Amino acid sequence: MKARVYVTLKKGVLDPQGKAIHHALEGLGFEGVNDVRAGKMIELDVAESVSDAKIEEMCRKLLANTVIENFRIERVAA
Amino acid sequence: MKSAVIVFPGSNCDRDLAVAFRETTGEAPVMVWHRETELPQGIGLIGVPGGFSYGDYLRSGAMAARSPIMRAVADAAGRGVPVLGVCNGFQVLTEAGLLPGALMRNAGLNFVCRDVPLTVANSQSAFTARYEAGETIRVPVAHHDGNYTADEDTLDRIEGEGRVAFRYAAPVNGSARDIAGVINEAGNVLGMMPHPERMIDPAHGGTDGRRLFEGLVAALA
Repeated sequence: MKARVYVTLKKGVLDPQGKAIHHALEGLGFEGVNDVRAGKMIELDVAESVSDAKIEEMCRKLLANTVIENFRIERVAA
Repeated sequence: MKSAVIVFPGSNCDRDLAVAFRETTGEAPVMVWHRETELPQGIGLIGVPGGFSYGDYLRSGAMAARSPIMRAVADAAGRGVPVLGVCNGFQVLTEAGLLPGALMRNAGLNFVCRDVPLTVANSQSAFTARYEAGETIRVPVAHHDGNYTADEDTLDRIEGEGRVAFRYAAPVNGSARDIAGVINEAGNVLGMMPHPERMIDPAHGGTDGRRLFEGLVAALA
């Protein structure tokens, strides 16, 4: 069983990397991109018995820094 | 006085910090590997050095903050033992929850490596006792993730409580309110991005960092 953890910057936290990507997209001539926010996706291969609550605990304790980041957990069928 | 410097895989300022501790405490610190679960008995000062612990994987300082020795460091900090975290050490201390806020990628996205002027924001702490409030000192920075961030309430609180130890005299990395160094609520943990241990000997080009260590040692005597 796979679980994907999406870690994103909280609203209001400035994202210098997102800004640079946005700037680069504009440099390539892409129009209409209003904003870019960069985050990361962490894929976990977990036993069936690992609960969502456990994965949430993993996020709080390590995978995300909740001072600046939010996380979202998604279960993926293998 | 017995001191300790924590060493993680990827630390690269541990020896510089050890020299600063040795020069100012008169005794070489114990170098403590990250896998240890306890600090040696009688440690009166702990240094968390700069570098790229665990290759900055996941987030700078994130893995180091969860290493076995950091529990012992948190316990010691809770008992009032002074802890100084420099650069990556600052990142580790925020990740470990010993200091508020977080350090993000520099606003300009560049690795910044140069001497910067710092303003001493509070000279009342054990770490800054040998400085004058408002004084400008020169200390080098060398980091990619030094952009200090916290929510507005936290920023107001730490400023109101005099817990900002140092500010950049001119913007360096996008840090909120130009914060370069923060002290914990109890006053015994300081994290800062600039490297005071790289300014302790005239051969370094300056000695402005030395007073931080001397003041700390005097406060502990």
